[in-house]
Amino acid sequence: MARVSGFSGSVAVQTERGKNTIKAKRKFRLQQLTERFSALFLAVALLAVWQIAVPLSGLSEFILPTPLAIATRIANELPLLASHGYITLFEVLAGFGMGVAIGIPLSLLIFYSRAFEKAVYPLLVALQTIPKVALAPILVLYLGYGWAPKITLAFLIALFPIVISTVVGLQSLDKNLVNLVRSMGANEMQTFFKVRLPAALPNIFGGFKVAISLSVIGAVIGEYVAAERGLGYLQLQANSLFDTTLNFASVVAISALGVSLYFILDFIESKVAYKRDSAK
Amino acid sequence: MSAVSPTIGAEVDIAQLTKIYHTRESEDVLALDAIDLKIERGSFVAVVGPSGCGKSTLLSLLAGLTPISDGQITIDSERVAKPHSKIGVVFQSDLLLYWRTVIENILLPIEIKGLDVKKYAAKAEELLKQVGLAGFGKKYPSELSGGMRQRVAICRALIQEPGLLLMDEPFGALDALTREQMIMDLQTMWVRLGNTVLFITHGIDEAVFLADRVIVMSPRPGRIDLDLKVDMPRPRQWSRVHEDPIFHGYVRQIREIFEAKGILVAH
Ligand SMILES: Nc1ncnc2c1ncn2[C@@H]1O[C@H](COP(=O)(O)OP(=O)(O)O)[C@@H](O)[C@H]1O
Ligand SMILES: [Mg+2]
Repeated sequence: MARVSGFSGSVAVQTERGKNTIKAKRKFRLQQLTERFSALFLAVALLAVWQIAVPLSGLSEFILPTPLAIATRIANELPLLASHGYITLFEVLAGFGMGVAIGIPLSLLIFYSRAFEKAVYPLLVALQTIPKVALAPILVLYLGYGWAPKITLAFLIALFPIVISTVVGLQSLDKNLVNLVRSMGANEMQTFFKVRLPAALPNIFGGFKVAISLSVIGAVIGEYVAAERGLGYLQLQANSLFDTTLNFASVVAISALGVSLYFILDFIESKVAYKRDSAK
Repeated sequence: MSAVSPTIGAEVDIAQLTKIYHTRESEDVLALDAIDLKIERGSFVAVVGPSGCGKSTLLSLLAGLTPISDGQITIDSERVAKPHSKIGVVFQSDLLLYWRTVIENILLPIEIKGLDVKKYAAKAEELLKQVGLAGFGKKYPSELSGGMRQRVAICRALIQEPGLLLMDEPFGALDALTREQMIMDLQTMWVRLGNTVLFITHGIDEAVFLADRVIVMSPRPGRIDLDLKVDMPRPRQWSRVHEDPIFHGYVRQIREIFEAKGILVAH
């Protein structure tokens, strides 16, 4: 008898424990969910506060439109936003593309040539101390009102982070890794493609992500100074018409552009580059 | 049947080998001073010496990574001037490429030499099995422990059946237990494969345990102070060897040299 009750007792304890683990698991999952979406929750909460506070404060729509009003406006003006967004997107991609096309070879020259490093690197750092935005009016003066000054500005802003992060990425390689592949008979070309480049990719992509965000700023600033199209231009238009809702809609479109480009790069990185600590 | 066939160990002849490092900042460094050393085919030679005595330099010269200042090295009567396909190298850190799987890391030398990677894949698996890592081929280095990673590095060095295996303090970064196991396993592997091994270490006990010969080097400029033949039957058992007075005799002989040079201070 005692044995049986003892036995059933232990079963009871086990099921109790089983329930507890299920509860604990559920709790854990909820915690994971809240962690993953905490930023979203916060954003929604802030927007809700904004939505409720505007009518309460008695501010007119010309001063501060509500999030819903902005969202509705975006939905209604999608073709307009897209037509200007294309222009800005093109300027950003062209500027960033030039940054990559010139920045990567420049980084390689700086990395491989001591003379080049000594001559060009300090110059590049000095150049970086110039606020590029201040160049916008000058660029308009030389390059006119079209795409050229915006692309140039986006390029100038993008170049530095690309070059710095690529050079640092290449230089921070463990020298022993180079010895290892050389001991296997690798030439410099093989060393570069098998070791130097893959090891530098996380750094390079870090630079790319900073650069693309800055390119958006460059292009929009270029449009502020002088333009006939683009999201920056649309914003100025909205401003002069006291159309604050459209103004905010443009801001949202500019942010969306920057964030999308950032995540596209992030996605490409996840396909081509492995982070040091991630298992996969 | 094992896919890994025994290798013919290489014969190494080092004659009047000298290395001077010329540096921009400071004076020239005489790292190795006219070293003479002949290594028989298939023998296991350990090199011990204090830090900075030129052990890594010796390895680097053998591997053809650093230009020789004077003297010469021949491996199977071929003069070493540049990296050589008869040599496999294992460094202190595993130097696995973290973006490649274990198998891809082991096959790196094959890829670099432009050989058929598919032909060597089975052999890579076989080597993994021999080091107790069967089935780990698709894992990434970050999923392995330090000891496992160094085992993979050893597989990578052995994939081309090198006549000469160079090891530069390969177990220096491992914890004591893992190190002991690795030492035992290296012996087993070497007995089976028969490569010539040059094993650099600062551990006197592991040098005596593993080697047929222990070369004791003096501090800068690097010279050979003692060439000690270790005469103990194989396979040697770590715990048993440590109870053997003959083993302790060898260890003492090496320690006495270090004490005489002031590298170890006796109290
Ligand atoms: N690339 C180098 N340039 C200048 N000096 C070096 C270089 N490599 C090693 N040395 C010097 O040569 C000596 C031997 O170094 P090393 O072979 O690394 O010794 P060990 O491996 O025995 O610790 C040391 O004094 C070290 O400072
Ligand atoms: Mg060393």
